Amino acid sequence: MLRLAGVGYRYAGYAKPVLSDIDLTLADGEIVGVVGANEAGKSTLCLVASGLAPGSIGGALTGGGFSIDGESMAGKPLHEFSTRVGIGFQNPATQLSGVTGSVFEEVALGPMNLGLHRRDTVERVRAALATLGIEDLAEREPRRLSGGQGQLVVIASLLAMRPSHLVLDEPTAQLDPEGTRLVGEALRALAKTGAALLIAEHKTDLLDGLCSRVVVLDRGRIVADGPTGAVLDDPALVERGVDPPSRVRLARALREARLDPGLVA
Amino acid sequence: MTAIQLEGLGFVYPDGTRALDGVDLSIEPGASVAVIGQNGSGKSTLVRHLNGLLRPTEGRVLHDSEDVAGLRTAALAARVGIVFQNPDRQIFAGRVRDEVAFGPRMLGRGKAEAAAAGAAALEAVGLTDATDANPYDLGYSRRKLLAIASVLAMDTPVVVLDEPTTGQDARGIARVQQVIAQLVADGRTVIAISHDMRFVAESFGRVVVMGSGRVLLDGSPAEVFAESAWPVLASTYLEPTHAARVGARLGLGSTPTEARLVEVLSARG
Repeated sequence: MLRLAGVGYRYAGYAKPVLSDIDLTLADGEIVGVVGANEAGKSTLCLVASGLAPGSIGGALTGGGFSIDGESMAGKPLHEFSTRVGIGFQNPATQLSGVTGSVFEEVALGPMNLGLHRRDTVERVRAALATLGIEDLAEREPRRLSGGQGQLVVIASLLAMRPSHLVLDEPTAQLDPEGTRLVGEALRALAKTGAALLIAEHKTDLLDGLCSRVVVLDRGRIVADGPTGAVLDDPALVERGVDPPSRVRLARALREARLDPGLVA
Repeated sequence: MTAIQLEGLGFVYPDGTRALDGVDLSIEPGASVAVIGQNGSGKSTLVRHLNGLLRPTEGRVLHDSEDVAGLRTAALAARVGIVFQNPDRQIFAGRVRDEVAFGPRMLGRGKAEAAAAGAAALEAVGLTDATDANPYDLGYSRRKLLAIASVLAMDTPVVVLDEPTTGQDARGIARVQQVIAQLVADGRTVIAISHDMRFVAESFGRVVVMGSGRVLLDGSPAEVFAESAWPVLASTYLEPTHAARVGARLGLGSTPTEARLVEVLSARG
């Protein structure tokens, strides 16, 4: 369980906090979606929840408490976070290590750093690649991957570490529909093992089928937090700059044209 | 105006990966074309041939019926501007205003003219308020808009956008759609790669579907998202838009966009 209680965050060199009064609990086995307009604070929330802000990039938490499995994480060194919370960045190019010669090695890097035995590492890498349908990329050079392939390799690397908490910043932004579906299935399977997941996404169609809860961020504050259906059906979502799922959009368009919204179902 | 023709275009990367295999494509000046297909289907490799960033291992690329093999990339860059998927591969200046003026300067424009072109491009993408900012103080979505602006500022007859909507919220996508509509209204050619089927159906006149380095389908959104084409889409792991699926289920013919679906339903009464 990961818990932020009344947390705010300010980037280094900035007077105003980017996040304020964030109350967010990720229960074990739960997948929580985060939506919000650009610049609402989604990526910053991902960095804070994974300990990278302020741990790696500086700045300061401006109050509140942060705990993992009931243990306060305030002031803990970064490695204490990295073994307990995985994070996938928005841009795979910033996450691929740049030090490996093949996708297989790249995905093996995480489990090896966790000190796993070689045999277990190989088994985990194979499983992660198979889960995302990218076994055929195993021998490819990471720097020669397309954007979408890179994103799948990053997610495979995270899956191979079998994190108990995982934070993902737009994990499917560059993926085709099939890749998006496979990632959704993989995340659902990971949550079934008891992992707690936080996913920031613009693709509300993906969150609609994946998350039990969705929180809405607006100018650094949580303005809605509830069951996925209720949050994504709320007409206020559009005013927050968030595109509702296509079923909601289509039903709304039909209703506006005085047609039966039930035709969408 | 630049008409683009690809004749039997093939490309194999040095590590042996075949990315393109016999692509024939003709794009008229002023066309708006979306290129779709699964990850790794050759979309990004294809567009990199349009301005000479990659040179064919087989076949030819022609601009206005002239083979571009003999032309330097710098000359081709004045005709075809490419906005990459990853803005951080494109952005390098310390200030937004310098970033957008760099392209026109490289094309030989004067300082004042380049600055004016940059300012107009920033206005088109809604970044005027960031003119004096450091690009890296902008969030990812605004850096993507900046990358688009820096290509718009070069005023190339052909603009290529590689996944312009990734990371954009609803307003950002609407902004990208506005930019495309304006380019088309100005008679410039727009070619975009995207995985966002709703964006593709709403914003482009023509859709090219790629799979394993080949062109599988080529037609209007209504043709490409018609039920008869779904098996081909599925073969490259694509799905029709939600509106297209609802329209087919209700027996309304091809309704690739929400607007078209509502229109057909309203007409039926």
